[in-house]
Amino acid sequence: MRVGVFVCHCGRNIAGTLNIEKIKEEVAKHSGVVHVEDYIFMCSDPGQKLIRDRIKEKNLDAVVVSACSPSLHEKTFRNNAASVGLNPYKVEIANIREWASWPHEGKPEEATEKAIKIIKATVEKVKSNIPLEPLSVPVTRKVLVIGGGIAGIQASLDIANAGLEVYLVEKKPSIGGKMAQFSETFPTLDCPQCIETPKMTEVANHPNIHLYAYSEVVDVSGFVGNFKVKVKRKATYVDWNKCTGCSECAKVCPVKVSSEYDVGVSQRKAIYIMFPQAVPNKATIDPEHCLRLVYGKGCGLCAKTCPAGAINFEQKEKIEEIDVGAIIVATGFDVMDPSLLTEYGGGKYKDVISALQFERILAPSGPTGGKVVRPSDGKEPKTVVFVQCAGSRDPEHYMPYCSKVCCMYTAKQALLYKHAVPNGHAYVFYIDVRTDGKGYEEFYERVLREAEATYLRGKVAEIYKEDGKLKVLGVDTLTGKGVEINADLVVLATAAVPSEGIKELAKVLRIQTDEYGWLKEAHLKLRPLETATSGIFIAGAAQFIRDITDTVSHASGAAAKALSLLSRNRIEREPLVAEVNEEICSGCGNCVEACTYQAIKIDPETNIAKINTALCEGCGACQASCPSAAIQLTNSYKKQLFEMISILAKE
Amino acid sequence: MRVPYFPGCSLKDFADNFEKSAFASASVLGVELVELPEWYCCGVVAPLEEDELIRKVAPARNFLRTKELGGNKLVTLCSMCYNTLKLTNLYMKKNPDKLERINSFMDEEENYDGTVEVIHFLELLRDIVGFEKMREKVKKPLKGLKVAPYYGCLLLRPKEVAIDSLEKPTVMEDLLKSLGAEIVNSPLKKTCCGSYQVINNKEVASKLVYKIITAVTKRGGEAVVTSCPLCHYNLDSLQKDLSDKYPGYKEVPVFYFTQLMALAFGLEEEVLGLEKHEVNPLNLLKSKGLI
Amino acid sequence: MKGSLILKKVNSEFIRKIVEVSGVNVFACYQCGRCSASCPLVEEMDILPNQMVRLVQLGNEEVLNTATPWICATCFSCTARCPLGIDIAKLAEALRSISLRKNIDKVKINQISFGELMKLPQIALVSNFRKNTSVS
Repeated sequence: MRVGVFVCHCGRNIAGTLNIEKIKEEVAKHSGVVHVEDYIFMCSDPGQKLIRDRIKEKNLDAVVVSACSPSLHEKTFRNNAASVGLNPYKVEIANIREWASWPHEGKPEEATEKAIKIIKATVEKVKSNIPLEPLSVPVTRKVLVIGGGIAGIQASLDIANAGLEVYLVEKKPSIGGKMAQFSETFPTLDCPQCIETPKMTEVANHPNIHLYAYSEVVDVSGFVGNFKVKVKRKATYVDWNKCTGCSECAKVCPVKVSSEYDVGVSQRKAIYIMFPQAVPNKATIDPEHCLRLVYGKGCGLCAKTCPAGAINFEQKEKIEEIDVGAIIVATGFDVMDPSLLTEYGGGKYKDVISALQFERILAPSGPTGGKVVRPSDGKEPKTVVFVQCAGSRDPEHYMPYCSKVCCMYTAKQALLYKHAVPNGHAYVFYIDVRTDGKGYEEFYERVLREAEATYLRGKVAEIYKEDGKLKVLGVDTLTGKGVEINADLVVLATAAVPSEGIKELAKVLRIQTDEYGWLKEAHLKLRPLETATSGIFIAGAAQFIRDITDTVSHASGAAAKALSLLSRNRIEREPLVAEVNEEICSGCGNCVEACTYQAIKIDPETNIAKINTALCEGCGACQASCPSAAIQLTNSYKKQLFEMISILAKE
Repeated sequence: MRVPYFPGCSLKDFADNFEKSAFASASVLGVELVELPEWYCCGVVAPLEEDELIRKVAPARNFLRTKELGGNKLVTLCSMCYNTLKLTNLYMKKNPDKLERINSFMDEEENYDGTVEVIHFLELLRDIVGFEKMREKVKKPLKGLKVAPYYGCLLLRPKEVAIDSLEKPTVMEDLLKSLGAEIVNSPLKKTCCGSYQVINNKEVASKLVYKIITAVTKRGGEAVVTSCPLCHYNLDSLQKDLSDKYPGYKEVPVFYFTQLMALAFGLEEEVLGLEKHEVNPLNLLKSKGLI
Repeated sequence: MKGSLILKKVNSEFIRKIVEVSGVNVFACYQCGRCSASCPLVEEMDILPNQMVRLVQLGNEEVLNTATPWICATCFSCTARCPLGIDIAKLAEALRSISLRKNIDKVKINQISFGELMKLPQIALVSNFRKNTSVS
């Protein structure tokens, strides 16, 4: 065996702490090592060329790159070696950055000792690695998109336009998402009716898109390229094939319910179409409020009125199964319930509202026709206080993060308010104004001039009602004075939070969420569109709150990822999967229990474990659970692991 | 039920009527507050400096006396004692090395091990006795009496010692409701009364009291209820000047929560010590048929 | 307070002392001002509580000459409301303490009239002396 070891400095990240010369000297003594060399950035072009050259010159048959985490550059170095004919699985990474130089920055000598051990152990492993070829599996060239907001719409259209079939599943009766609730959008002030609804219609009419509105994904099995998905199509109690969207039913329905679309600012009926531009433009009966469905008899006014005879109180939900090769999760975000903000009187005072509610009040197509009135008495508010960071940037009480879009929409709302109420005045409490987008800073400056809004730098302490006004207690840290404002209306820029039900959906999809419920990406910087489960991608604010521009870009990116995955009829998978020694396996089934990917079954005839290599993710849980070492991971054999441990544990 | 009890200075002197009414009410509920046989001033305000140890010795001694009584819970009636003892106790629990030093200052004593829990009488009523049980003992419901609970600071802040929600406390409201009173909710019920600033910044305390009281009267409140003798002193005694200063200012009597308990339990008027109040509460109580 | 901050003179020794006595990491503060917005006595202060934190962040010993720590009644509103969990009340205590340890009394007991002394409750006297005098 002729092993080459390449030690990367990673600038000062590694070489700043570790003694590279000492490492080279020690590693060179290890049996099988025929060449050791260091370089400042091994992942750079010259670094990679250096490795290729040495493989050829020194006739190396295995390589250890001592550098950063394999999650960063394992692939880079394996492909590099493969390009000069070395089997990529004869290349291993010794992680001396995350495991040695970074955590032990203050102890260079001990860190160097540790790095030497890590490298030697890795050399031992690579010596007995088996050369492997990638596995190849067929794929279903269709995509499931979950969530029909602007992210899901954009991703669906991109994929459908590329010629692949898309299933777009939306849990509400209409697609459109949060964007459809906005009044006008920053920084250009175009209305969603003008820019989003055409896309919604395009989705509805696209021959490659199957739109499943009012539906939910309830089960996902299978693996990248071959997912089997169960979709629950909830009962709408209206035959959508017959419904023409005439809304006659809603006119006669006697039951009024707070409107979700208008965030409680208006009421809808128990049978309703979410909004006039809804797609699909079909009526849905809310079973929790419909008198007929609640009591099982009576009413039925809608059925009597419907000219198309579309009402069907007997309709049942049904489960549909679909096969797809990739999944895009575009479930978006929600805003924090203002009633959680007790110190601001959220949920207590009618005129303390969330910014999303104010969007509805400002919207020309909204319940007030764009006339700005406050919820309590329908009067025009002359003094409006905007409170930014309501629940954001507050690790002590609420969300630690910046909700990113509030500075911009607050500025926009202040401007729209001024347009609607020219003799009104807006106050904006802010901590920092963050305008990180194209045209954003210019827009903010326009608002300052045009809306004549008073920006006050400080976080509001509390809000309570006094003498019929909302007393806002704040501060202006720039003048160094406390501030009291008697307001008619308070608009809270409540924190963005992950959408409701996302944690349950993540479980179904076997993908991860962070501690708040935002979907976890495979790598924050380098793989922000992928989840750790191959074949499942993220689009838009489901990963973290982002504005429309970024959401659309992100969604197109996710679509491109799915398209590139499904660009061929077969895909290659890592061959680092579990294998069973049939001589030893007793069929105890421990591994079946341990496997979270349902990749192992006990063959009923032979009573021996069988691996579905297409499902196996190579995690090794089975190996740890097997009492007789009958099941082992390719190239992580027990023998290899023990050899590594004996080196690492040596005094 | 017998519970070790730390009185502190006020309840033995200028506010002894609060203790009397507390004792009498407690016995109605089957609770005996057992005064520590020997106790030391808690210091009134918690020493907040990290490196300040000597002022923590007196609280430690009080905890040792508590353990000698065979109890692990120490009840206070005064919010300031509560806050001081509780914060000091938490400091000792969090810093075992500092506790060791504090113990070393008390040669003649056993070592304190940090196992005493400090609770306020309100917590005992809520969590151990229960307001439902209190309701059963009410003989003279405070019907029609519009009271505004006033928490002040030290029962709610800092959060480590809070006996209730920082922003939306309900313990006093629940207690007073169980006595049959009508609750008036003032947004300033958690606003500082000026505390010890009454000595060198009397005007400042006076302004705060004005804000706090007018917020109550504006909302129809007829009385304020406190759980801290110093809040009581400030809210009660500073009102006199306010009447002179602000024409049309309406004085409002200030009660300690234990006084209203004793009143509702139908106990002798004597334990209330109503004669000690600066703002005369007699007319109000008479008008409601409570005395 | 007028004049420029001469930042090359940021006094790290002073900051270190404040951190040691208060146990508060003042550097965490991003100056949202919520402590000041929550302070019931802010009208009486010469600088706002957030400015008090700021001066400490900058290592500016002038903070010891401001009235703010002495107006503070230790009501903990700032501490309870701070989004970053910075214990501003403890910081004020440390600032008072650093002055008091130089035997500077803010309240002279003998200047309080006998009548007042008799009238005031012990609880007010003791707490006041603890916060404002070096001897107690």
